Amino acid sequence: MKQFLDFEKPIFELKDKITELKQMAEDSELDLAEDIHRLETRLVNLEENIYQHLSAWDRVQIARHPERPTALDYIDHLFTDFIELHGDRLFRDDPAIITGIASYKGQPVTVIAQQRGKNTKENIYRNFASAHPEGYRKALRQMKLAEKFNRPIISFIDTKGAHPGKGAEERGQGEAIARNLKEMAQLRVPSLSIVIGEGGSGGALGIGLTDQIYMLENSIYSVISPEGAASILWKDATKAKEAAQSLKLNAKDLKQLDIIDDIIPEPKGGAHRDFQMQAAYLDVHIKKSIKYLQSLPLEQLIERRWQKYKKIGEIQN
Amino acid sequence: MPLKRIFKNKRKYAALPTEKAKQDIPEGLVEKCQQCSKIFYEKEWKNNLHVCPSCGTHHKMTARERIASLIDEGSFQEWDAELKTTNPLNFPEYEQKLIQDQEKTGLNDAIVTGRGKINKTDVVLVVMDPFFRMASMGGVVGEKIARALERAKDSQLPVIIFTASGGARMQEGMISLMQMAKTAMAVDRFDQAGGCLIVVMTNPTTGGVTASFASIGDYHFAEPNALIGFAGRRIIEQTIREKLPDDFQTAEFQLEQGQIDRIVKRSELKQLLTTVLDLHTVGGDHS
Repeated sequence: MKQFLDFEKPIFELKDKITELKQMAEDSELDLAEDIHRLETRLVNLEENIYQHLSAWDRVQIARHPERPTALDYIDHLFTDFIELHGDRLFRDDPAIITGIASYKGQPVTVIAQQRGKNTKENIYRNFASAHPEGYRKALRQMKLAEKFNRPIISFIDTKGAHPGKGAEERGQGEAIARNLKEMAQLRVPSLSIVIGEGGSGGALGIGLTDQIYMLENSIYSVISPEGAASILWKDATKAKEAAQSLKLNAKDLKQLDIIDDIIPEPKGGAHRDFQMQAAYLDVHIKKSIKYLQSLPLEQLIERRWQKYKKIGEIQN
Repeated sequence: MPLKRIFKNKRKYAALPTEKAKQDIPEGLVEKCQQCSKIFYEKEWKNNLHVCPSCGTHHKMTARERIASLIDEGSFQEWDAELKTTNPLNFPEYEQKLIQDQEKTGLNDAIVTGRGKINKTDVVLVVMDPFFRMASMGGVVGEKIARALERAKDSQLPVIIFTASGGARMQEGMISLMQMAKTAMAVDRFDQAGGCLIVVMTNPTTGGVTASFASIGDYHFAEPNALIGFAGRRIIEQTIREKLPDDFQTAEFQLEQGQIDRIVKRSELKQLLTTVLDLHTVGGDHS
């Protein structure tokens, strides 16, 4: 597999050159220390320059990186005693969405997560994290249990969207998502959703109407994929780059628009470059959010949730 | 092959009406059914509420026509007509498209809300207009729905929503996606307060509208043959790599799948709504 994304090419070329020089210095006993030092300084600047000026499209590529950590990676790392619970009790178990209970630093929590596969076989099993109605109904069942036993809910969002298929339509994909939105509106427990990769439209929102929404720095959250937008608007899917820019789907843009509550930083180059560091960042933010939400009186929490969504798109005239 | 044979297979071209012919049929006097191609006098067409007198196809109506077809004359009080989007993402070419549709429809966005009387019963009406940006849902549509539901809650009035939508308004990005959350929450607040919500799905009801307020009412009716679904047919066909049956995602299909309560012809709609509303009024003659 290619080690780097297109925009990272200059960095990796320079890294190769430095390795080459070091090798040469060793083999030939030439004194290249100064040259190596010069290139290393240039590398630092180059990395700074590239990673601090990522375009919307660059981030789309990082968000979709095949080695990007998945929900289960974080669940295994951050929680203890995670017990997965299956099935919607109506039709079948949907492996695109994982649900269960776990302990987070001694606090029982309900975990809901869209789970991508790590390889083709897993992706086929998990349907690339694109859920059917039964996935949303399973999630709802767990949310109601969380409410009954007074556990905070943590949702990990990572999907291209709800599955567009025949069975999904027959079983009411639209109704399943709508029902979740309506029920999540009044859940009497705190909830947090974290976009860890792609937040694809209604399929993401179906588990994402929460008290707080966090996004990893390079993740994306969008009403439509950049490719989809480009092909509808300009009849040209290759204009996805421009569409990504216009859709304002990056964490930074969405924070500015006041749609998300916080941005969780990523290691240089993305979450896949240093999972331990990424998990640590996530940990700090989850802790902060749960602590804050639990400090609010219940009625205030629910009123705050309505105010949060009510003000999105509010028009003052 | 003799040379002149080449010219024998003359292609047939559609005959364009001459300027003279165009003058003979004044514009707006006749309407052609796009389904069966029959031509009717405009007056007959409108009296029939845009339902083809020959094949029965229910054609799209503007929000104003819909309201006029249901409401006791002079009783409609429109709300928030002045709300206009400000192109919050600075999305390219969006403003021109809005201006175009504002001129075409006389509306500021894809929805009309307000209160009025249907056969003397007070109701709140929320009507999407498929001629404005395919009634896609952006900030204004979400805001007007939320405000209408809140007012209906406060004055304890039943709400009838006519849905028609291509889905979310792409040019408003995540603001438009979050209108799904906002409208669903407003429906929930109305529901918790005991309000009665009737949804009438008209052609087409799709995407983010299907996946939010349209699917969580108390009663779900649909017009015959209306397209109702979440994902688009083309996307599903590409995903599953097979052709879908013709009736896929029609109102009839949704009725069979158990997703809606009834299909109702436009000519019978006002009577049905009146009866349902009557059945929700407290009291009655028990003697």
